[in-house]
Amino acid sequence: MRIALFVTCLADGLFPDVGKATVTLLERLGHEVVFPAAQTCCGQMHINTGYQADALPLVRHHTEVFAPYDVVVAPSGSCVGSVRHQHAMVARRHDDELLATRADEVAAKTYELSELLVDVLGVEDVGAYFPHRVTYHPTCHSLRLLRVDDKPLRLLRKVRGLDLVDLPDADQCCGFGGTFAVKNADTSTAMLADKMRNVLDTQAEVATAGDSSCLMHIGGGLSRLRAGTRTLHLAEILASTDEAAP
Amino acid sequence: MSATGSTDAAKEEILQRIRSALGSRPAAEPAPRDYRRAGAEAPGSSALLDLFEDRLVDYKATVHRTTSDHVGDTVRSVIATLLPQGGSVLAASALPDEWLPEVTRDTGFTARELDQFAGVVTACAAAAAQTGTIVLDGSPDQGRRAITLVPDLHVCVVRAEQVVETVPELLSRLDPTRPLTFISGPSATSDIELQRVEGVHGPRTLAVVLVTP
Amino acid sequence: MTTFLGLPVHAPRGVGHLRGDEPFPDAARKALANTQLRRNIGHATATIRAKRAAVVAELDDWEQLRLAGEAIKTATMLRLDDHLEQLERRVTERGGTVHWARDANEANEIVTRLVQATGESEVVKVKSMATQEIGLNEALEEAGIAAFETDLAELIVQLGHDKPSHILVPAIHRNRSEIREIFLREMAGVDPELTDDPRRLAMAARAYLRRKFLSTKVGISGANFAVAETGTMVVLESEGNGRMCLTLPETLITVMGIEKLVPTWTDLEVFLQLLPRSSTGERMNPYTSAWGGAHTLDDGSPDGPRDFHLVLLDNGRTATLADEVGRQVLNCIKCSACMNVCPVYERTGGHAYGSVYPGPIGAVLSPQLTGVEDNASLPYASSLCGACFDACPVRIDIPSVLVHLRAQHVEEQKTARRLPTPEAVAMAAASWTMSTPKRFAAAEKASRAARVLGGKKGRISTLPPPLSGWSGSRDAPVPPKETFREWWARTRDVPS
Repeated sequence: MRIALFVTCLADGLFPDVGKATVTLLERLGHEVVFPAAQTCCGQMHINTGYQADALPLVRHHTEVFAPYDVVVAPSGSCVGSVRHQHAMVARRHDDELLATRADEVAAKTYELSELLVDVLGVEDVGAYFPHRVTYHPTCHSLRLLRVDDKPLRLLRKVRGLDLVDLPDADQCCGFGGTFAVKNADTSTAMLADKMRNVLDTQAEVATAGDSSCLMHIGGGLSRLRAGTRTLHLAEILASTDEAAP
Repeated sequence: MSATGSTDAAKEEILQRIRSALGSRPAAEPAPRDYRRAGAEAPGSSALLDLFEDRLVDYKATVHRTTSDHVGDTVRSVIATLLPQGGSVLAASALPDEWLPEVTRDTGFTARELDQFAGVVTACAAAAAQTGTIVLDGSPDQGRRAITLVPDLHVCVVRAEQVVETVPELLSRLDPTRPLTFISGPSATSDIELQRVEGVHGPRTLAVVLVTP
Repeated sequence: MTTFLGLPVHAPRGVGHLRGDEPFPDAARKALANTQLRRNIGHATATIRAKRAAVVAELDDWEQLRLAGEAIKTATMLRLDDHLEQLERRVTERGGTVHWARDANEANEIVTRLVQATGESEVVKVKSMATQEIGLNEALEEAGIAAFETDLAELIVQLGHDKPSHILVPAIHRNRSEIREIFLREMAGVDPELTDDPRRLAMAARAYLRRKFLSTKVGISGANFAVAETGTMVVLESEGNGRMCLTLPETLITVMGIEKLVPTWTDLEVFLQLLPRSSTGERMNPYTSAWGGAHTLDDGSPDGPRDFHLVLLDNGRTATLADEVGRQVLNCIKCSACMNVCPVYERTGGHAYGSVYPGPIGAVLSPQLTGVEDNASLPYASSLCGACFDACPVRIDIPSVLVHLRAQHVEEQKTARRLPTPEAVAMAAASWTMSTPKRFAAAEKASRAARVLGGKKGRISTLPPPLSGWSGSRDAPVPPKETFREWWARTRDVPS
């Protein structure tokens, strides 16, 4: 299958290994990955902070860039959530019904990574090998906007060597919330403290999730504590093999 | 009252504001009603009575089963058990005479007078098993609302055929123009650390006498 | 009288409790430092979450009930004028009197006059969000009328000279030993041997209030529902204090927001299932009272109050109705399930929201009632995690309304200010940069300069404001040597 990668601005600029892992994984499964070089950002930060007028050109651009492809994948529940639940809304707020329709068309063929693997490609065992103790944090948008349910866990359970431990209070938000982490830094930090406590209680070596943004938040807190747990994106674990491990 | 004039103006203005807010008055979708309305069990069936009893007990009511020939004896024994120190008992004005001929009937006591009664006996209008709910509607065998509120023990006689399964079935049996009181267990509060305490201002003890034919 | 110009009219300033003294982040900072508060609220919300989950799981048609509840309420709002007029007719036919109040001041005046007309100087009250919203107790006090709250939690709040912090369990921020201290200090005639056992505390409240119930001639309540076609008022409660206030006084005054209507008696079959399970986590609350005007029984004897007055309150609700996205918030049945699942509320408690409506629903309701500029920090008091939508029994899409109100705030700032805020400048710059890949790639290259901040540690621990909010408690990643797009271009050799 020919799959267009929407790498997301965060992975592009700050976490390129997540993009590379997504490419490696999908190619290993026998698919062709293309990277539309004109892509930038879905505009979620603008939308969620209240700047819908500034988000409008980003929505228009994203829709134009991805309209030609049949299947689009992003290693982010949050960005796919924005494409699926917000793009048409932004267009309608600015009375652009045509853009809203086209945005909905793009949304209908845009998948978060675990959705693409399990629902579209029908695969749970991706042939990965990752001999580490891992705990999984279901990010809010993948859980409650996309309803990915246990798809990421099904993928992780099939990874050879991986010791998967349940995260207590897993469905509680880590406190990131985009600009919430800055505008309400104290409340965000209080939420992060509980998330970190739960992660550390698992004694996992790696905390994983489907969103680089939440991982940046949890990982930034763990790093500050010099805790012995690192964060890795789900794609990085699924891309890992005997030969190449992150 | 002098407020009438300004309240009329207020009414007109609020209605105007609503009309202006709704603009072109878009049509609403009809509500889907595919939730469970009818129960799986027939009213009064033994499975329903078991469920009803289970739910009542879960909310700390006591349940006493009897047959229609023995209602009076059962109520007397419930009162004797639950009011070991005695105390006067009141009954709704038209509680069937064959149940408890000796008990004082309500003749319009004041709230303070009602406070002197230790218990009250009434019938009910309908009940729902799924939630353990009994409804009183002010009929003569149930009385006015105050009599089942002020005394500390409420003995409620429920006939098997009055017990339906679901809340929708319960509401369909009630007349919304009557004063209605839905009772699900004795009064309770969870206001202190979410810990449930049964018995606050209403009757602290609810005893249900469940009558099969 | 003001002339109606068709513009939305919000709840007036200077009366009632819809606006806080400080923005949410400042109030939250103080609340977060109160370890007792956090323990109390954490314990209480976890308890009630578990209870709710258990009773919701008992019903296999829960989702169908939610969909029905949402549809009924949505349809009701679209014909709110007709339903209100029908309600007024039915209540009047049944011997009640209906009053209309455009705002908090008007409602307070009406209630004060009604109480004064009885010649009484004391009233008993059953917990009501509407009367808290309008500051009725303060208005009555100014007129020399003492209002006694009779709900146990409201009594704790009133005796503690405190503010409610939750719409269902207003004293959720207090634990048993704090409550014991309040009772010992403030409750006339209390047993000095009172312990902190919840049962003993509840019995102390029973003894204290019983005298009031038996003697007070005026009761004041809110309403959970009013049925338009039958003129039936409905109040759900647990303790029996509601029944006392609704039944024993000679005069009953009910203050109700105009949105609390349902069209038909049958509609109640949905809400009497949704509300108790969502709010207290019970299959059914201990007591529900339904009444109309002044009741007379079959034998002609009176049942309950002789005089019944219903005050219908706008106070910003029609302004909320005017917003096509925001109006769904009026569907709220005030169950408080969203508070109990909210990770922000769970940590800050209710006072930080500044309004009588805290938590996620408060963050979307208060700004609409007051106008968003008077509660501008509330729509941002959420990480948009979406737990509130899943818990909402009438499926209010709270996250989407939060995002909508943020946009409204930004748009109003844009119109109101000559100079854009620094944040607006940054957002516009980011939008300009990200609308073309060329500019975006250039910006990514430029951000690489931040690598120097990481030094040899490979992490960034201090950032300038406003990003210092981030680096106060978390490290930031160092930008990589090569972005993904650079890697792709280098290794995949695609024509640009």
